[in-house]
Amino acid sequence: MLVAISFYLLAAVAIAAAFMVVASKNPVHSVMYLILTFFSAAGLFILLGAEFLALLIVMVYVGAVAVLFLFVVMMLDVDFVEMKQGFLQYLPVGALVGVVLFIEMFLVGAAYFSGEPTTVVERDPNVSNLEAFGEVLYTEYAGMFEAAGLILLVALIGAVVLTLREREGVRKQNILEQNARTRATGVEHVDIEPGQGIG
Amino acid sequence: MVIGLAHYLVVAAILFTIGVFGIFVNRKNVIIILMCVELILLAVNINFVAFSAHMAEGAGNNPMAGQVFALFILTVAAAEAAVGLAILVVYFRNRGNIAVENIDLMKG
Repeated sequence: MLVAISFYLLAAVAIAAAFMVVASKNPVHSVMYLILTFFSAAGLFILLGAEFLALLIVMVYVGAVAVLFLFVVMMLDVDFVEMKQGFLQYLPVGALVGVVLFIEMFLVGAAYFSGEPTTVVERDPNVSNLEAFGEVLYTEYAGMFEAAGLILLVALIGAVVLTLREREGVRKQNILEQNARTRATGVEHVDIEPGQGIG
Repeated sequence: MVIGLAHYLVVAAILFTIGVFGIFVNRKNVIIILMCVELILLAVNINFVAFSAHMAEGAGNNPMAGQVFALFILTVAAAEAAVGLAILVVYFRNRGNIAVENIDLMKG
């Protein structure tokens, strides 16, 4: 019963928040609702017995992707007047999201520890989800695991290459030049007249 | 009352529809479109995990495959968000806005 209540609550919150991502006018609100959607989806994953993926979703999406979105939204937002109105305007939305997140965490925890069967197909209770994950990830799917790492590397380099720009007047370190420096190029002999100084 | 496979599939389908709907409806902000793509990928992930949880273990099929694939989709989604936002930053630097309506003008 607890599982059913949790499922309906999580699903309803996920769908409502997903709709608000599309519907809300302020992109900052959209990112907040996106976080709520991902959090609810993580709860659904726990109900399905995929605890590792649920934690991964919270870490990757909420911890990395949503923060990245927030950065870009804040950086690019053209409507600066709205941004300057301060913290208080985000308070109701933030409070709503916080309260819903707390209720969800509480319900999922209660459902998880109540011992009700969460999946239809029974799993071996001695093997945790993480164990089962690791058993196949590094053996059967080792090649694809490496490929995933390669994709992340390409994305990393691509993002840097795209956003890097050469600007005038920025002093940069040139290591080759530094290492090739000799006494002849580095020291200048100046003969100073008495009472004149180096102009 | 048992929550079965169909329940999860319906949730994923609704999320997917909202994502596609958002892409079409949005005319002002490219960031929202990127978020909608994330929503769509999340719907796919829910499908994968739901099928993984309802798959019986047998000869030659490991139910963990669905969850491993969800992990890979997560990886691709993160990479896509990083590159997409980088493109967005460059576009904003050139144009000064991120309106979708003007994005099909190829003149830099």
